[in-house]
Amino acid sequence: MIMENNYISMKNINKSFGKVVANRNVNLSVSQGEIHALLGENGSGKSTLMNMLSGVYTPDSGSIFIKGEEVQFAAPKDAIKAGIGMIYQHFKLIDVLTAKENIILGQKNSFFLNEKALSEKIREMTVRFGLDIDPDKKVYNMSVGEKQTLEILKVLYRGAEILILDEPTAVLTPQETEKLFKIMRKMKEEGCAVIFITHKMNEVMEVADRITVLRKGETVKTVEKSATNPKHLAELMMGCPVDLSIKRIETEKSKVAIEVRNLSAVNVEGVEVLKGMNFEIYSGEILGVAGIAGSGQKELCEAIVGLHPVKQGEIIFNGENLVGKSPAEIITKGISLSFIPEDRLGMGLVASMDIVNNVVLKLYQKQKGIFINRKPAEQKSMEIIERLSIQTPGIKHPVRMLSGGNIQKVLLGRELDSKPQVLITAYPVRGLDVNSCYTIYDLLNEEKQKGVAVLYIGEDLDVLLELCDRIMVICAGEITGIVDARDTTKETIGLMMTGAVNLNREGEKSEYDNANYN
Amino acid sequence: MIMPITIRAIKKSEPGRMKAALIRIGAMILALAASSLFILLLRLNPIDVYLKMVQGAFGTAYRVKETIVKTIPLVITSLGIGIAFKMQFWNIGGEGQIAMGAFAASYFALYMNDMPKPVLLLVMILASMLAGGLWALIPAFFKAQWGTNETIVTLMMNYIALKWVMFLQYGPWRDPNSLGFPKIANFPENAVLPKLLGVHIGWVFALILVVAVYIFINHTKKGYEIAVIGESINTARYAGINIKKTILIAIMLRGGLCGLVGMIQASAVNYTLSVEITGGVGYTAIITAWLAALSAPLILIVSFLFAALLEGGSYIQTVFGIPQSAAEILQGLILFFVLGSEFFVRYKFVFAIKHPTTAGKGAS
Amino acid sequence: MEAAVSFLHAAIVAGTPLLFATLGEIITERSGNLNLGVEGMMLMGAVIGFMVGLATESAVLALLAAMIAGAGGALIYAFLTITLRANQIVSGLTLTIFGSGFADFVGQDLIGQIAPEKLRMFFRPYSLPVLGDIPFIGQVLFRQDVFVYLGYLTAILLGIYLFKTSVGMNLRSIGENPGAADAAGINVTLYKYFHTLLGGALCGLGGAYLSLVYVPALQEGVTAGRGWIAVALVIFATWNPYKAIFGAYLFGGLDIIGFRIQNLGINVSQYFIDMLPYLVTITVLVVVSMRKSREKAGPKACGIPYFREER
Repeated sequence: MIMENNYISMKNINKSFGKVVANRNVNLSVSQGEIHALLGENGSGKSTLMNMLSGVYTPDSGSIFIKGEEVQFAAPKDAIKAGIGMIYQHFKLIDVLTAKENIILGQKNSFFLNEKALSEKIREMTVRFGLDIDPDKKVYNMSVGEKQTLEILKVLYRGAEILILDEPTAVLTPQETEKLFKIMRKMKEEGCAVIFITHKMNEVMEVADRITVLRKGETVKTVEKSATNPKHLAELMMGCPVDLSIKRIETEKSKVAIEVRNLSAVNVEGVEVLKGMNFEIYSGEILGVAGIAGSGQKELCEAIVGLHPVKQGEIIFNGENLVGKSPAEIITKGISLSFIPEDRLGMGLVASMDIVNNVVLKLYQKQKGIFINRKPAEQKSMEIIERLSIQTPGIKHPVRMLSGGNIQKVLLGRELDSKPQVLITAYPVRGLDVNSCYTIYDLLNEEKQKGVAVLYIGEDLDVLLELCDRIMVICAGEITGIVDARDTTKETIGLMMTGAVNLNREGEKSEYDNANYN
Repeated sequence: MIMPITIRAIKKSEPGRMKAALIRIGAMILALAASSLFILLLRLNPIDVYLKMVQGAFGTAYRVKETIVKTIPLVITSLGIGIAFKMQFWNIGGEGQIAMGAFAASYFALYMNDMPKPVLLLVMILASMLAGGLWALIPAFFKAQWGTNETIVTLMMNYIALKWVMFLQYGPWRDPNSLGFPKIANFPENAVLPKLLGVHIGWVFALILVVAVYIFINHTKKGYEIAVIGESINTARYAGINIKKTILIAIMLRGGLCGLVGMIQASAVNYTLSVEITGGVGYTAIITAWLAALSAPLILIVSFLFAALLEGGSYIQTVFGIPQSAAEILQGLILFFVLGSEFFVRYKFVFAIKHPTTAGKGAS
Repeated sequence: MEAAVSFLHAAIVAGTPLLFATLGEIITERSGNLNLGVEGMMLMGAVIGFMVGLATESAVLALLAAMIAGAGGALIYAFLTITLRANQIVSGLTLTIFGSGFADFVGQDLIGQIAPEKLRMFFRPYSLPVLGDIPFIGQVLFRQDVFVYLGYLTAILLGIYLFKTSVGMNLRSIGENPGAADAAGINVTLYKYFHTLLGGALCGLGGAYLSLVYVPALQEGVTAGRGWIAVALVIFATWNPYKAIFGAYLFGGLDIIGFRIQNLGINVSQYFIDMLPYLVTITVLVVVSMRKSREKAGPKACGIPYFREER
C-alpha cells in the first residue's frame, strides 16, 4: 500500500465496555477519494470503531493516524479539527434551532451572531455541493432526508475531508437513498474520503470502492469491490456460508381477524395523525406496514390497543368494537403489542427488573386477589429462555444487563407466550445481529402458521417484501396503498411512502410533495 | 492537546451487594470526617462531640425513649415518601400533609370529644389519614392530569398548610384561658394515645406499617404497578396499567401516612396543635427515605439512627452550646457524601498514562 | 395615582430578590441542570453577604461575597450532579437543607442586626437623571436603588447572552441535547459547571438583597420560601430572562399586597393574604402545564445527567 494514500489508518485498536469487548486488534486504512464501506452485523463493533475515530470514545489501546500523523482525540472537538466529520445514525441535531444555527454550533464564532452573513455563506455551500436545504428552517419541521442533508452540510462546513456515515440509509426511502449516494459520489470527486457503515450488501455493491468486513469486534478482511460479490461478503460477515433469503410461508387465507374502519386520530397538539384508515388483517397472514419514520406507525399501534385516543372510526375484533375499551381489556382479549423504540428499552420492559418481573407484567392482571404471584412467571421465564435460546446468567438477572438481542427476545417471547390472536409488532429486529433477526422472522412465521394475524411494522423494505404477504404503505397518517408483496417493487413502495403515488386516490394528483412530510 | 495523564470514568459490571454497602458505609465515615473539620472550626474536639452525641441519644433509659419517640414520625413519614419516590413522584409535601393530618385530628380532639376513648382515637386516626391523603391528592391530580411539576406544588402547599394552622392558632382556635399566649388548648385525656412499655403506642403503629408497606411494595399487584410506573411510564402504559389511578392511589396512601404522623404528634407528643407540629420531619424523612434506598426495613434502621443524630444533636447543644442548626449541616453533609458515593458504586475511575509516540512511524 | 405608583414601586423592590433567583435558575436549567437548591443558595448569599457587609461596610465586597457564597453552594451541587452524576432532585433538596443549616449556623450571633448605615445609604433609592422624571413610568421604574437597576441590567444582559450570542446558543443546545452539543465540539462539562455556578451566584445576590436592602437586617430563614417561588417562576417565564422580569415583579406585588389591603381597611386575615403568593404559584404552574407547546417547553434534557460513554 502506498503511504501517502493512507488518509486514515487505525492500528490494533482495542476497546471494551466493562466485560464486553467491542473492538479487538482492529485495523483499518482508508485512502483519499474513495468510498470505503465498513460492513458487519449489528454488534460487530463498527459504530464503536467509528466513535473512536470521531473522538466520542477513547481507545483502550492502539493508534490512529491521519495523513500519516498520529493523533489522540480527547473529545469530538479534536477529531473535527483533524477534518473528520461523523454523521450519526441518530442525528445529533438540536430540534429547536434552525439549520443554520445547528451548522455553526460549537464553532469558533464571533461572540455575537451575525445571522445574515451566515445565511449567505451557507446558501453558497449548498449550491457548491448540490445540497438542498433552507438555512432558516427549524429542525423539528424537517423530514428525515432533510435532517440527514443538514448533518452532511454541518460537517462540510467544519471543513471535513473525511466523512463517516453510520447506517445512513436505514431511515430513508429508496429515492432518498439514491440522492444520498449521489452526494457521496460527489464528495469522493471533491477528494474526500467517505466511510460508509452498513450491513446491507446491495448498497455496498452499489456505492463502495473497497470494503472492510468486521466480525465480533475483529477485522476479517479488506476487499476490493470488483473482487467480491454479495454472497462472498455475507460469508465473511457471518463467518460461515449463509442463505440470506427470508422464507415466506404460504398459508390459506382464511377469516378476517381484525378490521379497522375509517380510523382517525389526533395527537395532543391537535394534528391529525391517522386519517381515515381502512384495512383488515387475516388470520394466518403477515401484513407489513411501510412508511417514513413518524408517518403514524406508532399512533396506529397504540390506537388499536387503546393507548392512543381515537377520534372516529371502528376497530372490529371478534364482532366487537374495541374503540373506547381500556388497554388492559384489549390486551386480555388476545391482542398483543410489542413496540421496540429507538433506545430499545423503555416500552414494554422494565430495564432494572429481572426477567421474571418482566414476564409477570403480562400475567398478573389475570390473577385474582390483591397479591401478586410470581411462581407461574418463573416457570414461563424458563420456557421463554429455552424456546428463544436467550443468553442470560439466570431468570433473576436484570434485563438491562443483557445484550440488545436478548432483551428483544425477552420482550417478543413474553408477547408470544400470551398466545395472542393478533400480534402487532413494531421494529422487532431493530439493532439485532443477523442470526437473531432470522430467529425472529422464524418466530413470526410460526405464529402465522398457527393462524395468528400479524401486523409487522418495519424499516427495511427488503425484509418487508420477502417476509410479508401484503404491504400497507402509509404516508402522513394516510394509507397510500395496500399491495401484494409478491408482485411489487421497492421503488413503487418508495413512491407511495412519499405520497407521490396514492393507490387509494387513483387519478387524483397527490397533495404531498417531497418536502411536505415530517 | 495531549494530556500526559487522563482520568476517565468507566461503568462497572454489576457491583456486589457487599461492596456497594461498604462504599456507602465509607461515605458515612467520610461525612463524619468532614463534619469533624467543621467541629474543629468551632474549637471543639470532634471525638468528644461525637461521644457526647451517642450519650445524648442512648445514655439513659429516658434518652433512649426520647430517641424512639423521635424515630416514630420519621419512620412513618419515610415510608410514605418511599412509596411516592418509588414512582418518581418527587413529592416534598410531607410537612403540609402532616400539618393537615394534625389539624383534622385536632378538630375531633377539641370539639367532638364526647366519645369513648378508643372510638375517639380511631376517628382521629381516620380523619388525619383522610385529611393528609386529600391534601396530597391535590398535587397528584394536577400531575396525573397535566403533568404539573409536583415538587414545587407540594412545597407551596406546605406553606399554605402551615399558614392555615397559624391562622387557627392565632385566631378562631386560640385558647382564651392561655393568658394572651397564642396557643391552642391541650387535648382532653381521652384524645391522647396510650403508652405501651413506657413509650406512646405510635411505635407499634410504626412497626406494623413497616411490615405492611414491605408487603404492599413487594407482594401486591398495586405495589408492583407502582414500581413499574417508577421505572418506565411507557412500559406501564404498554402493559395496560391505569397510570392515573395508580398514581392517585399511591399518593393518597402516602398522604394518609403523613397525616397519621400529624395525628400521632399532636395526640401523643404535643397534646395539642401548633405550627411547630411538624418539626421538619417532612424534610428529614426525605433524607432517611433516600438513604434507606426506599426499602421499608432499611427505613426503620436509618430513621432510628437519624433520630439518634437529632437527639444527640440537641444534647450537644446544651453541653457545648452548639446551635441546633449544626445538626442540619451534619444531615446535609451525610446526604451529600452518600449521594456522591453512588457514583463509586456504579463506576470506577481509570487512570491512563499516555506515552508520547513518534508521529508517523507506523505504516508498513 | 399616588397609591398606584407607590404600590408598583414597592412591588419592584419586593420582586428584585425573586428576579435574581429566577435568572440564576434559568441559566442553570438552560445548561440541563435542575437545581432545587435555590432556597439554600439564597440563604447562604443572604448571610455571607450580610456578614461581609457588616465587617467591611463595602457594598461591592458584600455583593461579591454573596455571589461567592451562592456559587459555593452551587459548586457542591455541580460536583455531585455533573461529575458524580447524582440524582439532581435529591441533590438540590439536600443543598437547600444544608444551605439553611449553614445560614442559621453562621448567622446565629447576628440575628436581628441591622445593616450598617453606610450600606443603607448606598442602597437608598436614587432617581436616574431624565428617566426618573418621566411621569408614572419613571416614578415606578427609575427611582429605585442601585440593586434594582442591577436587576434590570442582569436580566437584559442574560437575555442577549442567551439569544444573541454564540456562547448562549451553545448553552441552549446543551440543555436540549447534550449529546449533540458534545458531538459538535462543545465542552459540555465546562458549560454545565460554569452556568450552574453563575446561577448560584445570582441566587446568592437575590439572598443578599433581602438581608442588605429589603429588610434590611438579618433574620432567620429570611427567604421565607422565595427560592421555591423562583423555581416556579422559571416555568412561568418559559426559561426566558425577559419574561422573568415581569414574573418576578408580579410576584413581588403579591408579596406586599397584604399590607396594602389592610391599609385600605378591608378585613382579611393576615394569614390568608400570606397564602396568596403560594396559591398563585400553584395556579400558574397548573395553567402553564395545561397549555403545552414545543417552543414554550423547557430544555428537554433538563434533569438528566449527561455521560458521554454511557451504554
